[in-house]
Amino acid sequence: MGNFLRTALLVLLIAITGVVAAQAIDPLPFRDHAEELRFQHLTSELRCLVCQDENLADSNADFARDLRHKVFELMQQGKSDAEIKQYLVDRYSDFVLYDPPVNAHTWLLWFGPLLILIAGGFAVGYTIRKRSRASMPAAPVDSGDDW
Amino acid sequence: MSRLLPFFGFLLLAALLGFGIWWNSSHDPTAVPSPLINKPAPAFALPKLDEPAQTVTKESMLGKPYLVNVFASWCFACGDEHPVLMAESQNLGIPVVGYDYKDDPNDAKAWLAKHGNPYNTVITDESGHTAIDFGVYGAPETFLIDGKGVIRYKRIGPLTPEIIAQQLKPAIAALQKEAP
Repeated sequence: MGNFLRTALLVLLIAITGVVAAQAIDPLPFRDHAEELRFQHLTSELRCLVCQDENLADSNADFARDLRHKVFELMQQGKSDAEIKQYLVDRYSDFVLYDPPVNAHTWLLWFGPLLILIAGGFAVGYTIRKRSRASMPAAPVDSGDDW
Repeated sequence: MSRLLPFFGFLLLAALLGFGIWWNSSHDPTAVPSPLINKPAPAFALPKLDEPAQTVTKESMLGKPYLVNVFASWCFACGDEHPVLMAESQNLGIPVVGYDYKDDPNDAKAWLAKHGNPYNTVITDESGHTAIDFGVYGAPETFLIDGKGVIRYKRIGPLTPEIIAQQLKPAIAALQKEAP
């Protein structure tokens, strides 16, 4: 009985996930599976601007569907992934990309953590040197065992 | 002095927090900056709502500045914006083009009949294809386009009396000053 219940639940779960996945991705006339994979990869890297925490591939928003169709149309015209991204960036700014490019507006985002790390390193180095200098006359016979 | 250091660190963090709160309350964090400002408006040819046989194109609008207001009968925030447009659109000194976005023309006609029509012309984009070229991702949105067909200002979200007074009218005045 327990086994039967578990199997039934599993079947139900798989059925539900299948339905959810099928809802988000509307049927488009792909030439082959490779093209479909490329489409899914590309749309998963693009932000839906109406529902900003979702990507184009997963979003059910009407606007996301329009942009998906535009991406598909551009693919049919033989545009490369970079060209399609540029097309959208020209209209919707870098915001449409989930992976922000390095430029004047984003350098702090990219290198800020590194700057903080370097500043922290200097602060630690400064403190250690100050402490060791301060402790030298106080403990001239320090054997170094403390460290 | 060095005892006070953590306190200064705390003050710095508190200041950062305050700045973040101020920034988020004075800016809309979801607004996407338009890369189209100071770039030529995309070419468009869209039918008029009243006479679908006639189309309005970018070329036909060249020569004088105009405002394009993206709206739709299904758009909730457009209902908030509508009374503002009804009160202000004829005081702007430039034509206001209504851009009916992804809407059934009959719904749009009924909506304008019910709430009033603040527009000089209304054009329809049922498929929303042209709107992608304009970088439209929601309604309402408003574009100020100059006589050369260049987008000079964009507002995402409803126009309010404050925004019209503080942003839109100065932008229009600047355009009219530079026009020959």
